[in-house]
Amino acid sequence: MRLVNRQPQGFADSGDYAPKLAERQRSARRWQGIFLVATMVGIVFLVALLYTIINQAFGYVAQENTVDPATLVSAGVPLEELPKEQLIQILRDHVSAGVMRRFESEQPFELRSREDVYSLVVERVVAPRIVATWNLDASLLRRAAIQHNVAIEYPDARLVFRAWLMPDFLMRSQSSTPADAGVRTALLGSLWMLAVIILVAFPVGVGAAIYLEEYAGKSLVNSIIQTNISNLAGVPSIIYGMLGLAVFVRALEPLTSGALFGLVDPATANGRTILSAGLTLALLVLPLLIINAQEAIRAVPASLRQASYGLGATKWQTVWYHVLPSALPGILTGTILAMSRAVGETAPLVVVGASTFVALDPQGPFSKFTTLPIQIYQWTSRPQDQFRHIAAAAIIVLLALLLALNASAIWLRNRYSRRLD
Amino acid sequence: MPNHAIEITSGPRLLDATQGVARTSLGRRRRPAEGLIQGFLFVCGAISILTTVGIVFVLGKESLLFFASPEVDLARFFTGTTWQPAIGQFGILPLINATLMTSMMAMVVAIPLGLCVAVYLSEYASPRARGILKPILEVLAGVPTVVYGYFALSAMTPLLRSILGPNTVDIYNTASAGIVMGILILPLVSSMSEDALSAVPRSLREAAYGLGATKLETALKVVLPAALSGIAAALIVAISRAVGETMIVAIAAGAGPNLTLNPFKAAETMTGHIVRISGGDLSYDSIDYNSIFAIGLMLFLITLGLNVLSRQIVRRFREVYD
Repeated sequence: MRLVNRQPQGFADSGDYAPKLAERQRSARRWQGIFLVATMVGIVFLVALLYTIINQAFGYVAQENTVDPATLVSAGVPLEELPKEQLIQILRDHVSAGVMRRFESEQPFELRSREDVYSLVVERVVAPRIVATWNLDASLLRRAAIQHNVAIEYPDARLVFRAWLMPDFLMRSQSSTPADAGVRTALLGSLWMLAVIILVAFPVGVGAAIYLEEYAGKSLVNSIIQTNISNLAGVPSIIYGMLGLAVFVRALEPLTSGALFGLVDPATANGRTILSAGLTLALLVLPLLIINAQEAIRAVPASLRQASYGLGATKWQTVWYHVLPSALPGILTGTILAMSRAVGETAPLVVVGASTFVALDPQGPFSKFTTLPIQIYQWTSRPQDQFRHIAAAAIIVLLALLLALNASAIWLRNRYSRRLD
Repeated sequence: MPNHAIEITSGPRLLDATQGVARTSLGRRRRPAEGLIQGFLFVCGAISILTTVGIVFVLGKESLLFFASPEVDLARFFTGTTWQPAIGQFGILPLINATLMTSMMAMVVAIPLGLCVAVYLSEYASPRARGILKPILEVLAGVPTVVYGYFALSAMTPLLRSILGPNTVDIYNTASAGIVMGILILPLVSSMSEDALSAVPRSLREAAYGLGATKLETALKVVLPAALSGIAAALIVAISRAVGETMIVAIAAGAGPNLTLNPFKAAETMTGHIVRISGGDLSYDSIDYNSIFAIGLMLFLITLGLNVLSRQIVRRFREVYD
């Protein structure tokens, strides 16, 4: 193929042909460059996407204390070194009696360590507030200018480097102050929902794939099912959300709110629960799962089935003992890919009715829910800068979760294929 | 596979005969469990049909309620230029207009880039380069759309504003949402088109080279036309994806229906409107509740139409080379 691009010797000098040839080859080279650049553009965008997110997830913040720690102490001993009794006294002086009682009931003060009381004082009395934030690039490149700015604009403030994404961020629940907010409830919500989706979509999806590949003949009904599945794969996800709203949230409310099982939580009795969300997304990923499983089943050689039949196995025995085990790596990979699609879905969940603020961990399928993408959406929609930063941190958590899912898909596939060979 | 059925039943019977047991029955042995399992599997397959029926029923029923309500006039629904449920104005044009603007913007980005990528990967790239580039592009397709929405709002919009000036470009605008949506759709266009290009047999390329064509001429004048039906199908699927895309426009394109052709102004798309209305406290059987189902029905019909069209194009115009 390479040879033809070179100028043929015999024609090199023949009048009309040669000048055109040079031009044609030039344009061939030019376009090859354009094609390559276009491919690179996609990669550049991916890098820009990751850069934007990381850039927002770390950086300097200017913190101002609500109460200056120096005014809390009298005898020149810094706050950090005060004994526990004095710290408790400071706390008593600055917070209401009711709040003190709540602390006492959570854990009596006698049992609390000095560090614990100290962190309570910092949190409730000193109460540092974030007054300004910077991105990572500015924090690294314009450090001096930022320090200068802070000194002028916020004379009382301290400049601290803050990683918005930190282990604590995963453990804290929702909060209206961005600096104290975390993704714990959202992460748990996503995992609960994922459990519902797997329990529903996996058996149904694999069952449908087995039916279509092993049992279905060429009847009209079966070809309708097949066409229908590929059509469903193209339906926008938000439409599934509306289906879920009308069917699971509204029509099947007694089931999805848990009323049928006597598990009604007054706050969730309206059916906008993890179960509704999970069922909705199960329907959403079902076509994808079926198509993937069908491909895996189709790849099982016919000789395996024939050998099984030849030994007198029934159809189901053949499917269960021979076809499914061989197809399992493919089916599992397809399932995990479908799950990672579900984890990232946002629009259908907004329509189904994800809660805007959930401070308590979900207790089961009948709890109110929020998920990671929902949390990201809500934080992104807020105008304040600080929400932008925690949204970026939450995005990193989401991407890490997706990465873990995809990596486990690859790992499972490799492991099982080795065992089968 | 009906021919296997005979073998299944003949197994046990042969065994009986060799043991000399008298009760050889020629009838097919009944296996109720097998029938039960087949029934269960059929139900699994039928759930997809139920889903479709459910979608059509739900959208249809609520839309009927919407159109039957006295405030709504079917003609005004399709021709009205304001969508303001609060004052009883239900003209879907502003929403459709915004959807078309973001989708067109997305296609302006995705079609040239996607086709160039497809041609590069299928005609130029070495197997090794392909092995590296394709997974990277697939990562782009796997990023959740809410992340793209974040990217549009916190990177693309500031970029546009710094290039064109903050007075020209609103904080929420359809251009930024559309461009980012184009990036989202790029892998879809490139991978489907590349499949179509790779399906063109090698003999066609060799014939072109034999006639003295350059690599570019072969790619653009021989391979591309031969794969045209597949590429057209890919583009239509991409448009349908863009029309149904929600989170990017919900985050970056703005809230509030607005009939404008200026891509730098805020405007709400059909999907964006559904998300915003249903995100609030929505009471059942209110006109707001019914109206989002009417919009949903339009969306469903548009995307279904595009998907069916795409399949028809492949079926009718595909060139089969053997």
